[in-house]
Formats: sequence, C-alpha cells, structure tokens
Amino acid sequence: MTSDETIVTQTQNTWCPGCGNFAIQHAMKFVIQELEAEGMARDHFVLVSGIGCHAKIADYFQLNSFYSLHGRTIPVATGIKMANPNLKVICFAGDGDLYAEGLDHLIHAAKRNLDITVICHNNRVYGLTTGQYTPTSPYGYQGKSTPNGLHEYPLNIIELLLGAGATFVSRAYTRRLPHLKRIFKEAIMHQGFAHVDVLQICASFFNATTWYDERVYETNESNAGLFEFACRTAKQWNYNDDTKIPIGIFFQTRKPVLPEKKIQKEVDRGVIVKKILEKAT
Amino acid sequence: MTEYSVLIGGKAGDGIAQAGQLIASIFSDLGYYVYQYVDYPSLIRGGHNFCIIRAAEKPVFTHRTGVDLILALDQKTADLHIHNLTTQGTVIYDSPKVKSEGQALAINEILAQYKGRPIMGNTAMVGGFCGCVGIPWSLVEAVIRKKLPKETDLNLLIAREAYSRITRCISVQPVEGASPRPLLSGNEWIGLGLLAGGIDAYVAYPMTPSSGVLHFLASVADEAGIDVVHPESEIAVILMALGFAYAGKKTAVGTSGGGFCLMTEGVSLAGMAELPIVIVLSQRGGPSTGLPTYTAQSDLLFTCHAGQGEFPRFIAAPATPLEAFWWAAEAVQLAWKLQIPTFILSDKTFSEGIYTPEAEPEIRATTPLPAPSYPYKRYADTPDGVSPILVPPYSGEVVKVNSYMHDYSGITSEDPEMTVAMVQKRLRKAEKLATMTDQPGAVVCGGSVKAKTAILCWGSPRGVCSEVADELGLRLVSPVVLSPFPAGEFRRSMQGVEKVILVEDSSTGQLDKVLAREGYRTDELILRYDGRPFAVEELVERVRRVAS
Ligand SMILES: Cc1ncc(C[n+]2csc(CCOP(=O)(O)OP(=O)(O)O)c2C)c(N)n1
Ligand code: SF4
Ligand SMILES: [Mg+2]
Repeated sequence: MTSDETIVTQTQNTWCPGCGNFAIQHAMKFVIQELEAEGMARDHFVLVSGIGCHAKIADYFQLNSFYSLHGRTIPVATGIKMANPNLKVICFAGDGDLYAEGLDHLIHAAKRNLDITVICHNNRVYGLTTGQYTPTSPYGYQGKSTPNGLHEYPLNIIELLLGAGATFVSRAYTRRLPHLKRIFKEAIMHQGFAHVDVLQICASFFNATTWYDERVYETNESNAGLFEFACRTAKQWNYNDDTKIPIGIFFQTRKPVLPEKKIQKEVDRGVIVKKILEKAT
Repeated sequence: MTEYSVLIGGKAGDGIAQAGQLIASIFSDLGYYVYQYVDYPSLIRGGHNFCIIRAAEKPVFTHRTGVDLILALDQKTADLHIHNLTTQGTVIYDSPKVKSEGQALAINEILAQYKGRPIMGNTAMVGGFCGCVGIPWSLVEAVIRKKLPKETDLNLLIAREAYSRITRCISVQPVEGASPRPLLSGNEWIGLGLLAGGIDAYVAYPMTPSSGVLHFLASVADEAGIDVVHPESEIAVILMALGFAYAGKKTAVGTSGGGFCLMTEGVSLAGMAELPIVIVLSQRGGPSTGLPTYTAQSDLLFTCHAGQGEFPRFIAAPATPLEAFWWAAEAVQLAWKLQIPTFILSDKTFSEGIYTPEAEPEIRATTPLPAPSYPYKRYADTPDGVSPILVPPYSGEVVKVNSYMHDYSGITSEDPEMTVAMVQKRLRKAEKLATMTDQPGAVVCGGSVKAKTAILCWGSPRGVCSEVADELGLRLVSPVVLSPFPAGEFRRSMQGVEKVILVEDSSTGQLDKVLAREGYRTDELILRYDGRPFAVEELVERVRRVAS
C-alpha cells in the first residue's frame, strides 16, 4: 500500500458533503506525510480529539489516537506529552468543545507552554448537536437554543490566546488549502504551545462560504514576533463585524517550554521506600 | 498494657500539629506504637486546634477520650478538655495567658529570655511535657535535632529551659527491646504504597483531606523519579492522568468528594477506554463543601456508582498503615492488570491521622503484564476480557483508544453486535476482578472470632471498633475490599453471627445498603455524623447499649 492509503482507515466517512473538515483532514494528511518524508516517524504522532463532528478525524486517520471527551483534548494531550516528550501530540477540537466546555484548559495550556499543537475546527456552531450557538457565533445567531437570536457577542479567541501567553497564535481557513497546510506545519514545528483557529465551513448549519471568501486575506507575517502588532492584527476582526478577516500567524515567540524531565529515571522502589521510612523514624 | 494519652491544644497558627508530631516522635523513639488524632477547623489563624497523641505497647489506630496530660497553649484547651483528664492526669498551661489547675509554664517569659519567635511557644510546651514525664534530655535533643531542622539551636535552648522549669509528675519508661518506628500520616502511608506499586506520576488538585498525598509525593518526586503535577482543576487532573496512562505511565490521582464529582466523567472514560488509573478518594463531611477538615464515610455509595454506564471498578478502604501501603500498591497493580479505575477510599480520620505501622512494610514483587500480538488491536477480544496494552510509539502499529463504543481496533462503532461484544468483554473483566480480589485479606476479622454478635465496620472506624470488640468480647468483621464485594470472604467471616451492629460515620449507614444487596441484614446501626470520629470510651458505651 502507498503511504497515502496506509495513513487513513477504511472507516466510512460521515461528514456532510461540502464540510470544511475534509480540508482539515486533507491538509493534515499532507503535512504528516511531508514531515514523515523529512524523517519524523509516523508512529510518533498522537492525535487527540474531543467530541463533535471534528472529532471523527481520530477514526479516519490510521495513526495513534485518543478519542477523548467533549472539551477535554488539552488535558489528555498534556498528560501524553508529559509522559513521553518524544511524541508529537496534536489536538483536534471543536469550537464548542474547546472554547465553551473546555476553555479553562486552553488558557492554562497557553500559560503552561507545553509543546503541543491545538487545531480548533471553528465552524462557529455545535455541528454534531445540530447547530446551537458557540462562543464564536455572531451576535443575533438563531439556533435551536436561541430562537430569538443570541444576546452575546462572540469571544475574540485570538486576543484571548495572546492574553493567556500563547507562544504561537494563528488563524486559517478551510478554503485556503495551501495556506492551511503551511500553518499546520509551522504550528507542529513550533517549540511550545501552538494554536490554529481554523475557520471551518459547516455546510449544514453555518455556511459562511461566500462571506468568508470575500473577506479573508493572508496577513503579512513579517511582524509576527511583535506582541503589540499581533494585538492590532487580532483586533481587525472580532468574529462578529463585517470587516476584513486576517488569516496567518499572528504571533510567534520563544519562551521556556515546560520542563519535561523525570519519569525517565529508573529508581529502585524498594530502596526509595526504605529511605523514606528511615527518614520518618 | 501501658499506654499514655497526651492532648495538646491551642489556636490555629500555634503550631499544634507540629508539636503533636514531636511528642509522637518522642514516644516512637521510646519504642511505643503511636497514633495521633488531629482536630482542626478549616481556617489558618485562630480557632481551636488540638491533637491527641496516644502511645501504647501494642499497635493503636484510634484515640481515647481520657487523657493523662493536657498541654494548654490557649484557654479553650483547658476549658474544653479538662473533664477528660484521667485520675493521675495533670495540665501544663501557658501562664499567665491560661488559667488552670496543674503546672504553669511561663512561655512568653522563656521566649523573651532567648529572643524566640511566638511560634516557638510550641517547642517550649514540648520541652515542658518532656520534663513532666521524665524523658532523658539527650533523647529530647536528638528528636528535636532530627525533626526541627530550622533554627534548631534556638529551639533547643527554649525547650531545655521549659524542660528544667517543670516538675516531674508522670514517669514514662522506654519499652524494653523495642526500637523506634516510622511515623507517617495515613496519606503518607497511601503515597508510599503508590510508590511501592510502581506509579510513574501523581496528578492532583489540592483538596483537604487528600492534599497530604500530593504534598508528600511532591516532596519525594525527584528522588523517586516520578512526575507530580498540579493542574488547573480536577477535570484536568483525571484527563491528564488518563493521557499519562495511554502513554504507558502508571498514574494515580487524589481528591475529596467535591473534586471527585468533577472527575466522574473521566472515571467513566477510564471504564470505556479501558485505561488504568488509581484514584485516592479521601472523604470529608458533606454534602457540598461541608466540613472540610472533619471526617465522614458518606461517599461509599457514590464511589461505587460514580460515572455513567456500567464498568468494573475496584475499591479498597484501608484502616491501618500496612493496609494502606499494601492496598495502594495493589490498586496500582490491579488497575494495570485489568485496565480499570481502582480506588483507595480513605477519610479525614485515616488520611490525617498519624501512625506508626503495626509491622514492617514489605514490598511485593510485581508480575509482568501479558504481551500483545500483532497486527495490534487495542481492544482485541480475549477469554478474560483483558486486551494486552501496547504503548505508543510502536513502529508499524497504531494504538487507538476511544470514549465512544468502539470496535476491536478502537474505532467508533455503534454496531449492535460489536456493542454486545464490548459490553461482555468488560463484564468478563469484572468477573476476573472478583476472583482476583475475593481472597484472604479482603475482609479483616478480629475481637472474639467465635462471638455471635459482630461489630461491622469499614475504613478508619476499624481502629476503635476492634478495641471495643476486644473489650466487650464481640466479633469484629470489617471488609477492606468494597467493590467488587468479596462475597466469599465475607460469608466465611460472618459464619455463626446472629446479631450485627454496624458502625459508620454517616447518617444513613451506607454499608448496610451494600450488604442488603448481598442478602445480609444489620440489626443495629451506630451512626455518627458530627464530623468527629468515635473515641474508644464513647463507642464502648454505644455498643454496650445495643449488644445485649
Ligand atoms: C459533557 C458533554 N456535554 C455535551 C455533549 C454533547 N455534545 C456532543 S458534540 C457537542 C457539540 C459539538 O460542537 P463542537 O465542539 O463545536 O464540534 P462540532 O460538532 O461543531 O465539530 C455537544 C454539546 C457531550 N458529548 N458531552
Ligand atoms: S454538521 Fe457541519 S460540521 Fe458537522 S459534518 Fe456536517 S457540515 Fe461538517
Ligand atoms: Mg463547532
């Protein structure tokens, strides 16, 4: 079998036709194969997914995976990475999953700066539960749980991540495939916590294709090292208003990555228990 | 039996627990078995804190109401406890702050003399105690040097001064032929057992009364070569731990009721994804925030049932240091042998009580886990339901775990036949677990083992129940393993019993409900739910009233 055939499972794909998740899967497949060609072992990748349409990606890749709980990709990925720093751990999360149910973990992961990659399939709805609003749905959004329109403004996730201290903050769009691939690769290669907010088309509940196509542009990344600059780029679109939507790497910097040490050390437990008992005597 | 009880009390911030531990260490150095009860409200300054240190020539795991010596660093200590003084007992009190009978110790004067800090008043009181009971100064000095590594010389001057100011009134003799024993809290005994069982990581969010495990393991993490992580919440705790487990690292978590509520979705995930995990659950008074620093046994049924769906789990409630050590290690091993969540169910009384062990702890050898076959399937069907674990990375194989119902390779499946196969696989693991754990040691018997009236208990009340059973000539039956219920061992322990008295720190008698399912009936319930554990004298009275 070719690498192309062995990297996916035989599982029947159940995403809706036109769903942006196909682009995410395709781009990720491309990047993993490219990284493999550059010498990274395929068995070192571990995919962690939440629960939602996005999460099915775990079933579709013939790669190590932990199909976890709604909102909990990050703590699972953190445990895996701490246990074995040699693994390349990538979270596939939904916007409901990551920005609602599990938002605390996201902020803390950014603060912790562990070397993991987080991909948010941000379709701005709860896809799998049929289209309720999420933290990034626009003001006035009418879903089954908000029939009279949503009375909350969306979270500007990019600003939130910058505020939390993330060392790689980016946005991509499922209909800009080459750009999506590049951002994925840079995020995976980044040493530290990397976040990609992917504007993902939901064909069934939030089809913003034309709207995005007209507004999305690739931002100049030459100032991505400057925090003030990143904040300004982040403000260009607040996930609500009718403005241009920058995509690309907003901010990238180096900070100490959470020290990963310890459990490699082999210590005779009998000896250590004796030592502790002696000290307590 | 020679035994002594000493009560030391003061305000929170007076260093009562530390002084109590010094006294406990001194008794241990003299060759006594020691138990220390620690009673404190949930605040950092003020309030009334006290410890009761009980030293005896045979192992003790509970306190008595009657005390031989009261060491009063505040007025409340004298006022609240003076009526518990035994006939030969006396009081040492901080004069002139405290008014009492007994011997005055001018602690402020001593501190002023040596320019000590106020907190060192507790060292002065320990010195006074040692003088009062005639402990050789060389022993006092050795213990202080070992246990107070900071400002040792100043502490010694203060202790020595207090020691010489007090008149000797009780004589405590060393136990002949006995040597000092290690003195650790229940939480530390559990932590030590986890280490012995082979944990690679411990993940926890602080919550009384379980934090002692976290603090202990963090303090030895470097020398033991383990990871100790304190993340943002209990939800993060259990999911991180499951991440560790997926990556092949033996991991335990610890919490109390409130934190465990947050963990339950993760417990159920462990059941479905078949990931090994050890959960140390130390109960405190509930519901809700309840009584943070006081005891309860009201989470037994919660622990038995927490998490949606049906999956096997193991629960052990140790009552002594050796049991905590042994069952914590066993919980790690069982979790990995069967890929299930396992629990060490403790409570405030056990977790924060301080104990010398009843015998020397032994580390048992561990057996290797079965090897997988290839091509690898994470949930491969096997006769006993246990699919061998493969740890990623493994060249050419993938390891997929899943919270959804899944097929043998870990890919989501809602197929009815596959669902039945997976449910039955988990049921077979439950059967295997039951045969592995319904073994000698799963139920502890004591007292008059032929008596027709039995005191039944689980967890920390065993210490007091076993003394009461001895005193009243009753049988003691106490399951350590609570899930799966060790039906065979329990039946054997109950042979010939006609009357059952259940003692539990709850308001409903939760073990009674567990036993009802097993076809047993209890005749009398002695329940306590004021957050305080029974002392021997109190329980003797309660049991005597219903026993005949
Ligand atoms: C704790 C919990 N609450 C609720 C659900 C139900 N649920 C499943 S998917 C989902 C929303 C998914 O939305 P999102 O994360 O945005 O993913 P998408 O389907 O849009 O990819 C919800 C609420 C769940 N599985 N677990
Ligand atoms: S509901 Fe939306 S997100 Fe889910 S598969 Fe369909 S198009 Fe994709
Ligand atoms: Mg979504």
